[in-house]
Amino acid sequence: MSILIYAEKQNGKVSKGAKELASYARAYADKTGDQVVAVGFSLENPEELFQYGVNKVLNVTNDKLKDFNAFAYSHVIKEAVDKENSKMVLISSSNDSIYAGPIIAQYIDAGYVSNVISLPEDSDHFVVKRKVFTSKGIAYTAILTDKKLLRISKNSFGIAEKAVDGSVEEFNPPVDLSVYDEYKVVNVEKVTGKVPLTDADIIVSAGRGLKGPENWGMIEELADVLGAATACSKPVADLGWRPHQEHVGQTGKQVAPNLYIAVGISGAIQHLAGVNGSKYMVVINNDPEAPFFKAADYGIVGDAFEVVPKLIEKLKAYKANQ
Amino acid sequence: MKILLLMSSVPDTTSKINFTDGDTKFDENGIQWVINPHDEFALTKAMQLKEKHGAELVVLNVGTAKTEPVIRKVLAIGADRAVRIDVEPTDSYFTAVQIADYINKHPEFDLIMAGKESIDFNGGMVHGMAAEMTNKKFVNAVIGFEMKDGNTVEVSREIEGGKETIETTLPLVIGGQKGLVKEEELRIPNMRGIMMARKKPLEVLPAVEAEVRTKIEKFEKPPVKGSIKMIDKDNLDELIDLLHNEAKVI
Ligand SMILES: Cc1cc2nc3c(=O)[nH]c(=O)nc-3n(C[C@H](O)[C@H](O)[C@H](O)COP(=O)(O)OP(=O)(O)OC[C@H]3O[C@@H](n4cnc5c(N)ncnc54)[C@H](O)[C@@H]3O)c2cc1C
Ligand SMILES: Nc1ncnc2c1ncn2[C@@H]1O[C@H](COP(=O)(O)O)[C@@H](O)[C@H]1O
Repeated sequence: MSILIYAEKQNGKVSKGAKELASYARAYADKTGDQVVAVGFSLENPEELFQYGVNKVLNVTNDKLKDFNAFAYSHVIKEAVDKENSKMVLISSSNDSIYAGPIIAQYIDAGYVSNVISLPEDSDHFVVKRKVFTSKGIAYTAILTDKKLLRISKNSFGIAEKAVDGSVEEFNPPVDLSVYDEYKVVNVEKVTGKVPLTDADIIVSAGRGLKGPENWGMIEELADVLGAATACSKPVADLGWRPHQEHVGQTGKQVAPNLYIAVGISGAIQHLAGVNGSKYMVVINNDPEAPFFKAADYGIVGDAFEVVPKLIEKLKAYKANQ
Repeated sequence: MKILLLMSSVPDTTSKINFTDGDTKFDENGIQWVINPHDEFALTKAMQLKEKHGAELVVLNVGTAKTEPVIRKVLAIGADRAVRIDVEPTDSYFTAVQIADYINKHPEFDLIMAGKESIDFNGGMVHGMAAEMTNKKFVNAVIGFEMKDGNTVEVSREIEGGKETIETTLPLVIGGQKGLVKEEELRIPNMRGIMMARKKPLEVLPAVEAEVRTKIEKFEKPPVKGSIKMIDKDNLDELIDLLHNEAKVI
């Protein structure tokens, strides 16, 4: 039997999310003795997955399937599940995978659980922990069906290297391409060159405390030094100081980086709802009573215009010494 | 055109989340119920389509009688009538079967609008499963929707770091979210709407038999953060040291 992961690509290569799925699958397979199989679509470097414990990569090379289509991809995944006798399928929490999730669940007749943050307790009684109520609760959820589909919460399991000997197989099952007839992608717009917010390890975020859009230079510089993405609070996006794609929170993006640095953000509950999945949070605020201090790991009371430039200098020195 | 809005009633975003009965149940005490925020974007878009192209808008909810105040709110905002399938929606698959059964019995809907996920259990699956069960095309995380000629529609969806625009046809299921309409366009009921909503039909249907595929056994609160470490603004080296040695994030 096997555990199957859908290995997404980013710029043609194995994505970070795929490595996390592989790490999860490997950790479970070490307990059950299953094989870990990955399905990828025109992956340029499928072998890289061996590093994270994948035994076999089924790489789809059909050029028509190069770009994501939820229905066609789900069909291929179903074919892979049948071929590899997979009892468990793992997908990431990217927009594409969230989109395909319910379709895959139907195609393979699986019980489907989202936002999973733990390995199953044991395989006889299959229970996983998942985040609910926008990270304000955890639900121990049993999957009662034979086949299981798990959508792993981003950054919750982490990436672990565990090299195995693997093989790559070309995989081109017959897929009904008529799904493309009445479903055509006519345009794609992507912000390039920047770390995508939902994929970032570190996020530097700023709020209304920055006073105006002209003051974001130091936020971008801090992000640059850390290799981080930038985000903002809702009013900042509403005021047009920053693009809407940067807005995080209840009504914006949900993020879960390893490190979230909040500058001049009060820490309203709707803001926290989008960021409280972060592993570590640093708050810089000149008001010691700001609610964000209650949610954070490290806090600095001070004027952002004084603290941030100093922090940039210190970090530059630190990085130079590394 | 006929539009079906799938609406889930959820605890208001500022609700304190607690559990009862030995942590096996969500504590509904003092909870304020609202239209699921993602569904609210779909609702406003549905109203705009109704006003522009003329459409009947029906709201469908799978839930017990306690969701009725929220259903009435959707009617007050402008839906023409409502259907409630009378059962506690405990499992996504089970809920999707109820919705699919209704859609299969009422094939006249051209557009089925939902939210990309309910903010209570954050499943992001009920609408997609229902689409699949009724053999309909489906687009998720929709941030733009325009009618073109005849049956053709242009739909944009959010992708990692950008957006993708798709040309497709009705009938279609979409999962809406922020961006589908502007936030300032979101509607709230006015007095006239509230009065009218009282007279609009709300049909209650029994649930159909369906399998349950997942079951919550117990809840817990996320681990509480250890207390915050305060760092003097003149001692930023300490922060860097903590980030490197303690948190291990840089
Ligand atoms: C239904 C609903 C949904 C919402 N969704 C979201 C959401 O998704 N995301 C979101 O962010 N908000 C959301 N909000 C808004 C939220 O309630 C807050 O109003 C918002 O997060 C506040 O943004 P802010 O912290 O940037 O601004 P403010 O509340 O104005 O806070 C500014 C902070 O900066 C500090 N400050 C000022 N000057 C300085 C300085 N020189 N140096 C350092 N610190 C300084 C102040 O002490 C203060 O704490 C939502 C609200 C509602 C009702
Ligand atoms: N009980 C329900 N009744 C009607 N529609 C629902 C229900 N639950 C979920 N939906 C719809 O399906 C979408 C996704 O829900 P979920 O899978 O629960 O995250 C929601 O935004 C609603 O549009």
